[in-house]
Amino acid sequence: MGVGDPVGMPMAHVLASGMGGIRAAGDLVARMQLHRKMRISEAKAFVAGKLGVGVSDLSDEVVMRELREELDIGVVTAMPGAARGLAAKARIGRLLGVEIASVETLRKKLNAEL
Amino acid sequence: MPSHRMRMGDGRVEAMSSDKVRADILAGTEDAADRGRIPTITEQERDHLFDLFAYPGRIVGVEPGREVVLSDDGVAGSLYAEQGDSGVGVPVSREQAIRLFERAFGFDTIELGHPDYSYKPVKPIVANEQQCMESVLLGTIIPVYYGAMPNLATYARPDGPFGNPSDLLPEGKIEEARAAQLAAAEACTRDMVYVGRKMADAGADGLDFDTTASAGDAEFLATLLAVEELSANTHLSIQVGMAAEFVLGMHGEVTYKGERLAGLYPHQQVKLVEKAGAAVFGPVVNTNTRRSCAWNVARAVTFVKACSEAASIPIHANVGMGVGGVPMCETPPVDAVTRASVAMVEIGRVDGL
Repeated sequence: MGVGDPVGMPMAHVLASGMGGIRAAGDLVARMQLHRKMRISEAKAFVAGKLGVGVSDLSDEVVMRELREELDIGVVTAMPGAARGLAAKARIGRLLGVEIASVETLRKKLNAEL
Repeated sequence: MPSHRMRMGDGRVEAMSSDKVRADILAGTEDAADRGRIPTITEQERDHLFDLFAYPGRIVGVEPGREVVLSDDGVAGSLYAEQGDSGVGVPVSREQAIRLFERAFGFDTIELGHPDYSYKPVKPIVANEQQCMESVLLGTIIPVYYGAMPNLATYARPDGPFGNPSDLLPEGKIEEARAAQLAAAEACTRDMVYVGRKMADAGADGLDFDTTASAGDAEFLATLLAVEELSANTHLSIQVGMAAEFVLGMHGEVTYKGERLAGLYPHQQVKLVEKAGAAVFGPVVNTNTRRSCAWNVARAVTFVKACSEAASIPIHANVGMGVGGVPMCETPPVDAVTRASVAMVEIGRVDGL
């Protein structure tokens, strides 16, 4: 992206072209780009396959809001009891088959001898 | 003949005829093709671009299903930073700003960065940055990068210990200028690797080298060497974002894996970034403030399309103030930004922005 005031730059791109982050499946597709260097089509197809939805559903906030709650991988609205932060990332790592460094750090702490 | 509301590269609005819009689109793509020795965009793509600029609505968007991943270079700072970064000065912390971008604004990834956005000044305070990164990672779900600029110029006198090529070159001291740049580049690589390793220890998902090669080819080399080291020895996913469309030959003879760095355009830059081990590349195409946004966007997507076609890693084009066809002004107008955004996805074929 680049420099600009919040409305003129990030907001404009979010509305014009963004995948919607945890409002939809943007974070999941991003993970596959970061972890596996997948191009956008490959990353979307991979995530859609894991979620069992169509590629066009990945940026549909209505479809993904329900699915994220069902999978307990973090939802955008503030819902008591829903996985958030590291808990959500741990479940995402399992779902996508990727190792998330911050989750691994927690795992090591949990498993370390007292 | 209908008249269209057209932004210029400095943000001003002018009235423009359809013929003029089409002529600007053609001239923009031909300028990129000529400089980069790459193909122009097709006639069908020029028509699509014309439709985007002729559409009377204020904002435009990609066809549903064609959305792409958004990454950034310290965008959370736009909430709390000062005017120099187009910041709006809201009294929130970095952690709070990042949470807002994840939960309120629908961002796909986010970046933590220090206000003095260069690796060199981060080095002595890296423990603070690690602590902040760890704190951010506890509560966020989206991938988190740490980002800063290589900024080789800060290593030259009076800011750093090495000779300043901007002083040495006008004096005809070519060899001294070259030696100073290489010595500075070595120190720059060391600092970037140091900070990168600390961020890996903190659990960051990725590392962003932003505004790469701002000081020219020696800075590009310094960055590629840091990328090579960090991608081979840490889990970090590395993004390299460029400073300009063309690598300046401040040294002129620097090479990486046998390739001369001076003069490379985005479709050539990406191949070296891939070889170094980066996961994402951010090409930059500079905006000409005297030309229309139709000219600038046509030119930018021509360079970026060639880069996307050459790449095997994801391409996240820079579409911020003064780059990617976006006007050079403090409050980028949403009409121009959304048109550049859509053109980058639908014609430039990017994987992200």
